[in-house]
Order: sequence, then structure tokens, then C-alpha cells
Amino acid sequence: MTVAKPAIGQESSLSLQQQRQRAAFWFLAPMLLALFCVAAWPLLRTIWFSLTDTSLNNLYAGKWIGFDNYLKIRTLDSGKVIYRGTLVDPAWWNAVWNTVKFSFTSVLCETVLGLIVALVLNAEFKGRGFVRAAILIPWAIPTIVSAKMWAWMLNDQYGIINDIGMKLGLLEQKIAWTANTDTAMYAVLMVDIWKTTPFMALLCLAGLQMVPRDIYEAAKIDGIHPVKVFFKITLPLIRPALMVAVIFRMLDALRVFDLIYVLTPNSAATKTMSVISRENLIDFDKFAYGSAQSTLLFAILAVFVSLYIWLGKVDLSGESGK
Amino acid sequence: MSGNKLLKKIAFYALVVVIVVFSVFPFYYAIVTSFATGTRLFEINYFPPVFDWSNYQSVLGGRTFPRNILNSVFIATVTVCFALLLAVTASYALARVRFRGRGLLLMTILAVSMFPQIAVLAGLFELIKFLNLFNTPWALILSYTIFTLPFTVWVLTTFMRDLPVEIEEAAIVDGATPWVIITKVFLPLLWPALVTTGLLAFIGAWNEFLFALTFTSQEITRTTPVAIAMLSGASVQEIPWGPIMAASVIVTVPLIILVLIFQRKIVAGLTAGGVKG
Repeated sequence: MTVAKPAIGQESSLSLQQQRQRAAFWFLAPMLLALFCVAAWPLLRTIWFSLTDTSLNNLYAGKWIGFDNYLKIRTLDSGKVIYRGTLVDPAWWNAVWNTVKFSFTSVLCETVLGLIVALVLNAEFKGRGFVRAAILIPWAIPTIVSAKMWAWMLNDQYGIINDIGMKLGLLEQKIAWTANTDTAMYAVLMVDIWKTTPFMALLCLAGLQMVPRDIYEAAKIDGIHPVKVFFKITLPLIRPALMVAVIFRMLDALRVFDLIYVLTPNSAATKTMSVISRENLIDFDKFAYGSAQSTLLFAILAVFVSLYIWLGKVDLSGESGK
Repeated sequence: MSGNKLLKKIAFYALVVVIVVFSVFPFYYAIVTSFATGTRLFEINYFPPVFDWSNYQSVLGGRTFPRNILNSVFIATVTVCFALLLAVTASYALARVRFRGRGLLLMTILAVSMFPQIAVLAGLFELIKFLNLFNTPWALILSYTIFTLPFTVWVLTTFMRDLPVEIEEAAIVDGATPWVIITKVFLPLLWPALVTTGLLAFIGAWNEFLFALTFTSQEITRTTPVAIAMLSGASVQEIPWGPIMAASVIVTVPLIILVLIFQRKIVAGLTAGGVKG
């Protein structure tokens, strides 16, 4: 790093800024190109496929059919009107409903449990480091592995959950958790909440640690009940962190695939939008139809995120603080 | 009064115990099961009666599973290196240079990291077939870029924003070009951040399932999550729980060790995107 720039003045500082901007462009270009290739282009192609009748075996033979994959209205000679397409497909709406039910329940439970765990970890006690390490374990386990682990624990004949439940008298008989349509969703929720509460807890804890301790001291001196302190002071202060954590988890939950695919395969009670889309795309040779469903999933997520950020005034970029 | 305090303390520690047991028990039980063979699988044991390694032997001595592990290691490593390479320069530009549209660009990158993978599956499938990469590791390395790259750029940008301005100013006065600033000044300071981001991206690539399931078609090209999901016994009824648990323990233990070693850094990395000071 030897001195290379001799002139210092108005002109050269301008050109320095320009030089930096030019360098920034070249620094960003490879990343932008890579993201275009793996994200923007495939997304556009998926949307394109959804407007054609492309099949999996011949990706280039598809013809433009407009919005027929979404909704096709045909009037028969008899005057009877027939509706076809994803938007009138009960299987699709079942998947949408499953996804919404799954996402809202799991994120709600995770937020409440995550907050409780975070509050525990925010307190001073012996062995806090050990507890924090312990809660990282579910987070570190691959989703497929946790799905298999829990599938075994929830096994109808030899599963330990049924065993514990019977011994404690909580269950009257052994339950086929994953196979039974009434309980399949509970099984999936149980595993998801177990696996992702740590993530929520860590994000909440980071928020909690930024609340100055003297606020609690002041509240204690004033004799305010801890529950009131939590709802009137802590919660409003960690709200921004909480809002960001919730949106991240929500987006993850709305696109859930692997857990459900492995834990409850082919169960209509838990089939989500991602699962049904992939089924049509790859397994059922309805490539274009599956593309239409994945396009719809993308649109639903985009609308949801926009509304959330707009209504919740969430600052995701972190730019405004600087 | 003191009795009340004692009661509170007991309740608190009870809660702590519940949290720890809930977190650790399922994996512990997987380990217990992985040592069980034959009829021992069908009796419920809360600790392994004997350490029978035959499930591990059958999984590791099998024809494909060692190969699946190698696939996973190779794919995750190359994916992470590629993402970090592109992300270091990009995040310098995003964190340290003022230009029009920077906020918008950052939001776009964040949006890509939240992409539902299924929405690009059809288009990526076509791209991979077109490039003749189907059923090769490169198909997965290419497709994993969609979540590793935005994530690494995002986290490194937040890290780099916090580096003091003075260091960079001093380098500029010395006449250093942006490239020199990155490689000679920032990179040595960024090592901890690179390790954290790299590790998190590695875990993401190691665990990925949807792309791995769709873009591979043979047993020997699969990654470990797909291999575990597909492990089957002689008949449909007969799920080989022992080997599945042994395979699960094999792929999870290294991750848990890494996470426990780097736990402070990982927590910092996870929260870097989420919480602003």
C-alpha cells in the first residue's frame, strides 16, 4: 500500500467516488449474474410453463394455452358450463388450507414457546450455557433426520410416545399418529415446533438482551408486577425483533416440503402447496399444471410478505437505523 | 416469604429441566435405537442394554451410503466456497459504497433468500437438463446457490457495515484500490464472519432435500438426506428402523459437534440478519 494518488482536491475526490462506484459495479456483477441464472430466470420459466401444456418428457413441445391451467371455462352445447383448472380443484384448495393451518399454528406456538425459552435463558442462573447448547441440538439436526426420528417415536406399535402416553394415562389406546387422518397434522406440527422453537428462542433472546437492565430495576423499585412489566415494557421493546423473526419463520412454514413428504407421505390431511405442486410437476406428469400451482404459491407468498411488511412497518433492510 | 421464593426457584428449575429434556431426548432416543437389532427394536428401552454396532456396520459397509456421504460433503463444500467467493466482493460493495438503488438491491437479495424453492423447480429442472447436469453433483451445486448466495451476501453485508470507517479511510489515503481494501484490509478482519456464514450455509446445503430429491435419479448420486428418506427394507412393511437411526446419527453427530463448538458465532450469524442494534 504505497502512495499512488498524488493530487488531492475537489476533482480527485469526485473521481474517487466514481472509481469506487465503478468497482462496486464489477464486484456486484458476478453475484447478480449468478442470482439471475438460478432465481430470476427459472422463476420466469416456471411462470411461462404454467401458461402452456408442456409435459415432463418433452420440455420444448409445449404450446401456449393461456390461463387454462388456472381456470378454464367451457360451455357445452347443452348450455352447461364446465369449470376446470387449479382454481376449482378441491385438492389444491385442500393443500392451501393445510398450508395455512400448519403455518399459523406452528408459528404461533413457536413464538410463544420461543419467548418462554428466551425469557428463561435471559435470566441469570447456573448452567445457562449448557441449556443454550442443549436447545441448539434440535435446530442442528437435519429436517429429514428429525422427521425419521419422530416417525419412529410416533410409531403406532413400538413408538415411545404411545408408551409414555399409556403409562402416564394420557392415552387410552395406542394411536397411529402419522397414518391417522385426524392426528397426522398434530404429528407434523409437533415435529416442526420441536425443531424450530430454538431458532425462534435465539432470535427472541437477541432482542431481549438489547433491553437495558436498568428498566427492569426501575420497574422493580416501583413495585410493578413482573407480568405487567413483560406486557408493558419488554414486549413493546422487542416487538421489532419479534416481527422479523415471525416473518422469517412464516415464510419457511408456508413453503414446507421435506418434513411432510417424509413424515406423512401421501396423506391428504397434511399435503401442503409445495408437496402437491411437486407431485404434479414430477410424479404425475402434469408439468404445466404443477407449474401453475407453484406460480400460485409464489404469488400468495409475495402478497403475504408485502402486506406484512406494509402493515407491520417492518424494517428488514436495517438501512434506516444507520 | 422465603418459602415462596424457594417455590419459585423450584418451578424455574423444573422449567429448565423440561426444556433440556424436550430438546435432547428425541436425538438421545435415536442413538438408543441405533444400537438395537432384531427383536430388541420392539421393546422400549430408555437406555441401550448393549452397544451393538451392527446397524452402523450395515450402513457404512453398504454399497451406497459411504458414497452418499462423500456426495454430501463434496456438494456442500463446493457450494459454500462458490457462495463465499461471490459474496465477499458483493457485500463490500453493498456495505461500504454509496450508490443509487442500494436499498432496493438489498431488499431484492433478501427476497431471493426467501424464495419458495418449489417456484423455481420447473425452471431449474429445464436449465439443468439443458446444461446436461441432471443426476450430477453440479446440478445440486448450481441449484443450492439460490439459497446460499443471498444468505451469505446478506449476513456478510451486516458484518461489514459494522467495521470501523477509519480503517478504510486510512487505506484510501494510502491510495489502496477497492480490491486491495477487500483482500488486504477487510478479509483478515472478516475471518470470524466468514467461518460463521460458511458454516451456516454448509448446514443449509447439507440438509437440503427438495432439489436433491428431484435432480438425482440413482442411489449413488443421492445426498445423505435423500438416502435416509429412501432407506427401505426387504418389503414395504418392514421399515429398517435400526439402520435408519444409525445413518441419522452418523450424519447428525458431526453437525452437532460443529454447532456446539461454534455456538456463540452461530447465534451471532443467525441474529445478524434478524435483529438490528
